[in-house]
Amino acid sequence: MMDAVKYISALIIPAFFLFVIVYGLARRVKVYDSFITGAKESLPTIFKIFPYIVGIFIAIKCFQASGALDAVKNLLSGAFSLAGVPAEVISIALIKPLSGSASTAVFTDMLKTFGPDDITVLTAAIIMGSTETTFYVISVYLGSVGIKNSRYLVAVCLLSDLIGIVLAVTIARRFFF
Amino acid sequence: MNYIWAGLMILSVIFAVINGKTAEFTKAIFDGAKSGVEISLTLAGIIAIWLGITQIIEDSGLREKISKLFRPVISKLFKGIPEGHNATSSITLNILSNMLGTGNAATALGIKAMNDLQTLNPSKETISFDQMLFVVINTSSIQLVPFTIIGLLSDFGSKNPTIVIVPILIATALTTSIAITNLFIFRRFFK
Repeated sequence: MMDAVKYISALIIPAFFLFVIVYGLARRVKVYDSFITGAKESLPTIFKIFPYIVGIFIAIKCFQASGALDAVKNLLSGAFSLAGVPAEVISIALIKPLSGSASTAVFTDMLKTFGPDDITVLTAAIIMGSTETTFYVISVYLGSVGIKNSRYLVAVCLLSDLIGIVLAVTIARRFFF
Repeated sequence: MNYIWAGLMILSVIFAVINGKTAEFTKAIFDGAKSGVEISLTLAGIIAIWLGITQIIEDSGLREKISKLFRPVISKLFKGIPEGHNATSSITLNILSNMLGTGNAATALGIKAMNDLQTLNPSKETISFDQMLFVVINTSSIQLVPFTIIGLLSDFGSKNPTIVIVPILIATALTTSIAITNLFIFRRFFK
């Protein structure tokens, strides 16, 4: 069943490309010329978002390397452990909005330590699956159109992430206990 | 973002000094810049692919078809998009690729959608409500099947890695609806 799902999902992009190209040809579109015209816009877009990407990556790397992330994690895990939330879950919850690759690394470490059937790991898996790299998305999307005033967007995203994490922990308990 | 960026940097410096990790801090600045360049270059290729493909979609008239098909759904949430506007199809393509978990393709299509929404934004430097809504949907995951996580679980010998699918689906659906609701609540209190 899982293999079938994987197979189909691996087929989606190739099928989509085939469909778009064949449809274009059927409509007598010069598909190669069209592709080039569109692709030309890539570098100007990258020029716009490049400084934002560098800015956010520097902040995230420094936050991790300086031990600030660990300090915040310890601070929060003290408070959350009273509610029965394991410290490892807190670190996933903190890192995921900042960096996708770093959170995958932490998740892999947890798998090594606890094994794949542990409730802590499964809780982390749900957080991994139901959250996004919030800061990266915000800086890239806003940077690409040159927006400077994001109004109450960041507040909404952070509040929603927080609620999402509480929900993920609750759902994990319902399912895996 | 100004406060968040400044906050992250200032906290980092303070903790680097406390923990005696100032050398690591300095290294992290350059590592960060390096990752930024690498990600940008990777994205340059991916954006080129998807802008190329969306141009074919545009020129072949497929865009109007997609717009017509998904407009009833998209216009329920995005009230500011006039009929037949590019934004309907680019938002649709971004949401579909997010659901399928195509990662960077979704980012490329999302940038396209933000640019299409920007043409409707009366102010060039202040975000519009539709743009906020679009970003909120993108910052709360909407992926249907979490392949990376299932893959990792099974790599480490899970007996039943698919056990996480249903709870993640529930969590995803709830958090996305809550995030959208939060945005609409905030709109009532802030101008």
